[in-house]
Amino acid sequence: MFHLALKMLMGDRAKYIMLVGGLTFAALLMTQQNAVFQGLLSWTTSHLRNMRASIWVVEAHVDYANETKPLRDTDVNRVRSVKGVDFAVPMYQGILKAKDSDGADKQIMLIGLHGATLFGRPPQMLAGSLQQLRLPNTVVIDELGVQRLTAKSKRTIRIGDTFEINDREARIVGICRTERHFFGYPYVFSSYDQALQYAPRQRKMLSVILAEPKPGAAISDVALAIQRETGLKAYTSEEFAKVTVEYIWKNTGIPMSFMTTIILGFIVGVAVSGQTFFSFVLENLRHLGALKAMGASTWTLSRMLLLQAFTVGTIGYGMGVGLAALFGFAVLPVGQPPFLLEAGSMIKTAVAIVIMCCFSALLGIRKVARLEPAIVFRG
Amino acid sequence: MSSSSSIPTDSTTSKTAVRVRDVTKTFGTGDGRTVALKGVDFETREGELHLVVGPSGCGKTTLLSVVAGTLDWDAGEIDVLGTRLNGMKKGAVTAFRGRHIGFIFQQFNLIPTLTCVENVSVPLLLNGVHRRQAESTAAELLQRVGLGDKGRKHPTELSGGQQQRVAIARALSHEPRLIICDEPTSALDRDTGHHIMDLLSTAARAPGRCVIIVTHDPRTYGYADRITEMEDGRVRQVLDGDALRHYVAQHA
Ligand SMILES: Nc1ncnc2c1ncn2[C@@H]1O[C@H](COP(=O)(O)OP(=O)(O)OP(=O)(O)O)[C@@H](O)[C@H]1O
Ligand SMILES: [Mg+2]
Repeated sequence: MFHLALKMLMGDRAKYIMLVGGLTFAALLMTQQNAVFQGLLSWTTSHLRNMRASIWVVEAHVDYANETKPLRDTDVNRVRSVKGVDFAVPMYQGILKAKDSDGADKQIMLIGLHGATLFGRPPQMLAGSLQQLRLPNTVVIDELGVQRLTAKSKRTIRIGDTFEINDREARIVGICRTERHFFGYPYVFSSYDQALQYAPRQRKMLSVILAEPKPGAAISDVALAIQRETGLKAYTSEEFAKVTVEYIWKNTGIPMSFMTTIILGFIVGVAVSGQTFFSFVLENLRHLGALKAMGASTWTLSRMLLLQAFTVGTIGYGMGVGLAALFGFAVLPVGQPPFLLEAGSMIKTAVAIVIMCCFSALLGIRKVARLEPAIVFRG
Repeated sequence: MSSSSSIPTDSTTSKTAVRVRDVTKTFGTGDGRTVALKGVDFETREGELHLVVGPSGCGKTTLLSVVAGTLDWDAGEIDVLGTRLNGMKKGAVTAFRGRHIGFIFQQFNLIPTLTCVENVSVPLLLNGVHRRQAESTAAELLQRVGLGDKGRKHPTELSGGQQQRVAIARALSHEPRLIICDEPTSALDRDTGHHIMDLLSTAARAPGRCVIIVTHDPRTYGYADRITEMEDGRVRQVLDGDALRHYVAQHA
């Protein structure tokens, strides 16, 4: 009987397409928005992955990874003296103004790395040499930097070219690959001392202290010890990522605006699939009544309706998530908008679609349960 | 074969298939209340083609519905094929219908999105017959009603008479012992109507089976072994034998 239920469903082309279309749209919207949101969230912590330090020591009032409040230079030594710390190095981070060779202003994220160790170095060098950062007025820029700092009228900039940071010359000695920063500025790496020369002079210039625990020491224990002994905040990399994401949830409208779209997708899905499926049931009420007269139980008819609802649900889910993935393949190479499609998002969409299907089927089942088979004798 | 009145119906030897005793049925309450059956007695025997006739609104369809177990009634006893319907659970009545009763409707009620073979196979599938077996039985039945070549077609591609023949094939497919028809010929032209009645009266002759037909159509009277005439929710007269022949001649 169930193969006939499917034929009845697909035989009604218009409603079938409407159902599949509505569910596809809902699944696409929910999955895509969720993936963009997850991608954006992952950007908020990309800075941590670019530096790859076990412990981040920051000013006591820093709440999330993309906030900078300066420390005293002496704090580095205070951290170094904490038991269990293998080494600790200073890092500068700041958004500065650069000029391309046409003289146009560009914002950059300048990172000053400890000269001796270059700890916090970019994850992947594509060309040139990181060691040359120890020479004066040198920088390594990332791929986004190449794009942004190339003047409109000129060829693509490359190693050996120069541009200006705060009216000081910066010579490119390497190109690297990074994960894009939440703020969207290109990364420019220099030595710590060089960074202090580029940056506007202030009383305190140190942004972050990156630390590593001694072999065998637990990262979280060492972080706690640093916090206790220095009064600074010391996060393990995971903790820092976690509080950053929490900060975004609590303090920005970003999750809300994505949730609104996702909920809208859910409502549209429920409305379209519920309404279309219900009118499909209404139109077939005579036939369902005839089936009931011929001995089909309410239970049999209910299972037929569930099968029909879940068939369009499965197809719509597959197409929606598939289209969302295609969207991802299209935007990932461009890097905009962010996109991170995880199993969790797909499961959430699946749950939403299951709810839509159950709701639609239940509307029909309620109708069928009350259906008097005697109606088939009425004209 | 235009008339079946020559076939003897011996009410002393053939068994009772349907017995209805003093059944009443009221629709609605208060001012909108209609008493559709006012104490109806009705009996049909195996091997019989039994017509129920009478003016519009006299309760024919209502009687048919309670006999088929598709409608609850208020009082009285109903026995169908040796089973007392009184007090039976809804699910049990549904299963009983699916097993023992075939239906033919005025508006055919074929499912337009299914092919003829699939439509005919429905009662078999509902009785748990495997799909392949059901479809081959359905194809045979379509052959028997003269539509062997139409199995893959959809009902909407057929004429009214052809659709009603598909409906007959469907009603017969699971070999039910009782076939219930409401106005099976009234949507059809004269010749087609006769063709349909031929098929139904042949079906009625199968051992242990009977056919009850509600009709307005005097052209069908000649096929009857017995006619029950209703009027205003009551049985006015039951005709068989000479009285039936006289009645048929009168209405021809
Ligand atoms: N579901 C219902 N609700 C209310 N009244 C009903 C219902 N079904 C039938 N009736 C009423 O019961 C009476 C008998 O109806 P029924 O359909 O049995 O007549 P009928 O003899 O089949 O008529 P027709 O020849 O026009 O089909 C009519 O007055 C009708 O209006
Ligand atoms: Mg009627």
